[in-house]
Amino acid sequence: MQTPAPCEYSRATSVDDAIAQLQALGGNARILAGGYSLIPMMKLRLANPGHVIDINPIEPELNYIRQEGNEIRIGALTRHVNMLESDLLDRTFPHIFRDAEAVLADPVVRNRGTMGGSLCQSDPAEDLSGVVVALKGRAVLRGPGGAERVVEMDEFHIGPYMTAVGPTEMLIEVRFDVHPGFGGAHEKVERRAGDFAIVAASAGLSIQGGVIREAGVACSAVGPTTMHIKRAEQALVGKAPSEQLFQQAGQIASADCSPNSDGRGPADYKRAVAGVLTQRALSRAAATALRS
Amino acid sequence: MATTETTPGRHPNWYGHATGDKFGKVADAPVGFGHMKRKEDARFIRGLGDYMDDVRLPGMLHSAIVRSPYAHARINSIDTSAALAHPKVAAVIIAKDLETLGLAWMPTISYDTQAVLAGDKARFHLQEVAFVIATDAYAAQDALQLVDVDYEVLPAIVNCRKTLDPDAPLIRDDKVGQTDNLASPLWEAGDKANCDRVFAEADVVAKRTILDPRCHPCPMETCGMVADMNPATGQLNIYNGNQAPHAHRTVYAQVAGLPEQNIRILCNDIGGGFGNKVPVYPGYVCAIAGSIVAGAPVKWIEDRSENLASTGFARDYLMYSEMCSKNGRITGLRVDAIADHGAFDSTAQATKFPAGFFHIVTGSYDLDGAHCQVKAVYTNKAPGGVAYRCSFRITEAVYLVERMVDALAMEMNVDPIELRMRSFIRADQFPYETATGWVYDSGDYHKAMKLAMEIADYEGLRREQQEKLAKGEMMGIGVSFFTEGVGAGPRRHMDILGLAMNDGAELRVHPSGKAVVSLSAQTQGQGHETTFAQIVAEELGISPNEIMVRHGDTDKTPYGLGTYGSRSTPVSGGAVAVVSRKVRDKARQFAALMLETRAEDLAWEKGRWFVKGDPERGATIESIAEYAYSTSNLPEGLEGGLDANAVYDPPNLTYPFGAYISVVDVDPGTGKVHMRRFIAVDDCGVRINPMIVEGQIHGGLVEGIGQALMEIISFDEQGNCMNASFMDYLLPTALECPTEGFELGETVTPCPHHPIGAKGVGESPCVGSPPCIANAVIDALYQAKGIRHMDIPCFPARVWAAMNGNEQPPQ
Repeated sequence: MQTPAPCEYSRATSVDDAIAQLQALGGNARILAGGYSLIPMMKLRLANPGHVIDINPIEPELNYIRQEGNEIRIGALTRHVNMLESDLLDRTFPHIFRDAEAVLADPVVRNRGTMGGSLCQSDPAEDLSGVVVALKGRAVLRGPGGAERVVEMDEFHIGPYMTAVGPTEMLIEVRFDVHPGFGGAHEKVERRAGDFAIVAASAGLSIQGGVIREAGVACSAVGPTTMHIKRAEQALVGKAPSEQLFQQAGQIASADCSPNSDGRGPADYKRAVAGVLTQRALSRAAATALRS
Repeated sequence: MATTETTPGRHPNWYGHATGDKFGKVADAPVGFGHMKRKEDARFIRGLGDYMDDVRLPGMLHSAIVRSPYAHARINSIDTSAALAHPKVAAVIIAKDLETLGLAWMPTISYDTQAVLAGDKARFHLQEVAFVIATDAYAAQDALQLVDVDYEVLPAIVNCRKTLDPDAPLIRDDKVGQTDNLASPLWEAGDKANCDRVFAEADVVAKRTILDPRCHPCPMETCGMVADMNPATGQLNIYNGNQAPHAHRTVYAQVAGLPEQNIRILCNDIGGGFGNKVPVYPGYVCAIAGSIVAGAPVKWIEDRSENLASTGFARDYLMYSEMCSKNGRITGLRVDAIADHGAFDSTAQATKFPAGFFHIVTGSYDLDGAHCQVKAVYTNKAPGGVAYRCSFRITEAVYLVERMVDALAMEMNVDPIELRMRSFIRADQFPYETATGWVYDSGDYHKAMKLAMEIADYEGLRREQQEKLAKGEMMGIGVSFFTEGVGAGPRRHMDILGLAMNDGAELRVHPSGKAVVSLSAQTQGQGHETTFAQIVAEELGISPNEIMVRHGDTDKTPYGLGTYGSRSTPVSGGAVAVVSRKVRDKARQFAALMLETRAEDLAWEKGRWFVKGDPERGATIESIAEYAYSTSNLPEGLEGGLDANAVYDPPNLTYPFGAYISVVDVDPGTGKVHMRRFIAVDDCGVRINPMIVEGQIHGGLVEGIGQALMEIISFDEQGNCMNASFMDYLLPTALECPTEGFELGETVTPCPHHPIGAKGVGESPCVGSPPCIANAVIDALYQAKGIRHMDIPCFPARVWAAMNGNEQPPQ
């Protein structure tokens, strides 16, 4: 039987209450959202927080997907299943969220796991983080006294299981700019359904007048954090979409990622697959963009 | 639409009786063989089963095990004082304590010894070192880190190819005279000289080095026990889900010197066994010792990591193999295998067969010669070597022969089915004695293979494959044809620790005509409560819903060796048929009295004896039962009551077989294998409940997919187990099953020597499917890239490496 080490548990009554509790506990506390990463780590005693602050009671405050002006805003406690099923998200960013959420873990995890949990766990193999990086999402962090700051994804993930979120801060929302003529896709290869990616690639394109205006490319599980493949984006913007161009972007992804060898495969394999999946994701993204 | 009624005070999942409308009507049950919903499923699907961890006894203590973080390390000292100072810790047991009870080492069923707790050395990663007993499970876990063990790390060896090298570290320095890592002497079968002659005369020879890698049976319920020794009476009650409760009781009596009559083993529901719950594990011995020391019941339930890393693994056979042909037909096979047993040889098999039934390796083919030899070695890996859903190493044998037939077909440039068809044992050759000494009972292999080809549209598949190839797509078609030998076994040939592999049955028909049949077989989810009721129903004409099947309590069931090796129906099923016939014969005596005629003038039809030539005059089994217990006058020699006992000694094994075809698509960019189709034609003789047979086939095929595509227990250079959780040990899900579903077919060749002609099926699909899928993946690689071999598991990175000519055998 697996049992966690002794720890205290409390429930938050509001975002500010959760932050106040974090402050009072002085770094010895972890926030509990969906619980599908934290609880297994605690049961294996890989994580031993002295205190767990359960934010599920404030779900009404933090579970939302809405459009404000030219932005889509997703609350930190929005469940994966909500993102999977959101017509607004799929209409605005066809079909990148739906692609990723359909292959993220399994239905049980998707029913509980959250946007905030995915980003704050900062697991480089996680699927949704790739989507957020490719869409150049911005994380809204709130600290004591209601102070908020907005952090770009490039600054958010600072290492494996490490983020820019301070000890008395909480991720409350992620914001995305809406682009016309958008198409996106998420490609993943895994050892078995529900497993973390061996490699995944997320791609978003905004195509207008036959020319790529905006491009986002990210690869998962091929580096210490979700890899933002900026050189591929630069190679794409301003060009007409073509299979040859996407192949070139794939080659850049292969070159720019930095995978490790592990139980899922050797580094040379992952590097090759990062290229294949990047090309496939871009190709599908372009097809979708040209239809939208 | 039906509404669900719940009764206040009932369990929230309670929907009324299992036989109500919701779960199939009583009338749906055939009086005998045929489709019938499983009687036990009502409680399983509603969460009302009763498993080991559900056992809660007054004053019960909990436990956890300190395990070695090193694969090979001398233990200089163990300090338990800090753990003992923990307010909730009741006791800490280490090897030194077990020595005083004579339990520090235990014998294995392969005549080796195994450390219960590591005293001198830890010999594998996560080996048991100390057993902590506390008042709750959390405290036991907390106290683990308070046990201070001083380890001196030694070089570890986990590679079976190198463990016999002169410079390899000696693992079993505890054994007097042991100077290397050889676990047991070379064991061989077949006539070597004759086999060499066959190879000398061959036209084509195929050679491959084939690894059947270490995997794990992985039952959903892990191993565990509640041991309850009553210090006043000396009665030891053991709550433990295991596959052979009577044999376990005998082993405890022998090992611990406890009086056998005072030991009672209670197996309640078991959440899967698959061979993992055949052996006696250190945790069991510790729980028993703990209960003796603490004077209270002690519960030990292992977690998933402990199950994967320390209890009963499977396979781990490295096989240097050659197969040859002459005039287009397979003529010979020779195999030189290394069996990697880990740190202790605790492999599970019949005692006279140190390599199990591996020498059934000639498979379904009429060969002119065959020879196989097996060398067993020690490595710094967990011990076990259980028969995971197979009859003692037949999975390894079938994997080898079916891979080799494909390899030979490749070298001969003939279609793999064509080569099989040319080389099969013909239906008119049965009973057939193989080159390694097995006598197959019955079969029609050509018929089963043809049926599988028809279902698959084999010719059409080969055309589609060529079309896809032209477009740069990789599609593979795999074939396997297996013959299993199950139902061990005849007492003159087979035993475990001297115990004959026979099984008992006891049948009592009550005055109302309802019956209880008690078995020595132990269900772990196979549907015994239904199948065995149906055998009695077939023989006596009583509805299976009116027959209770009792098992799993050594105080209430007859002696027998349990459930593994697909032996339940072949052995216990035989016992149940025989005991039913004994009751039927006794019923005939009563019927003669009731009908005022001679017994020999009566004829039987299902459920009733009647007067020959006057069928109207008869007595039903119900009326006979009532009569048997009544005050009626009985003649000398006829006792009242309607019951009987039997012990069944099978005259031979039974030999189920099957023809499998699978279709896969391989992603050329990523190496990902997609299972598209799986066609399984099984012949298990007479089918008692076709629905249960199909369920067994579905389950076994899924386990075969797991082994072929994703499951492996591997080790790093230091000997650390790399797959000790479900994050790293992957089990297949519904999404890895063929997208077109399982396509099943059947032929029926009854077993000539079994009372009801049944052969056993539980393991067939898990035995036959791994080579079928491996052959499909390799076929895809061969057709597109000319690749001739890869080892399983075929997960994406390994397939990609193979595709690029770089595949290395897994470690």
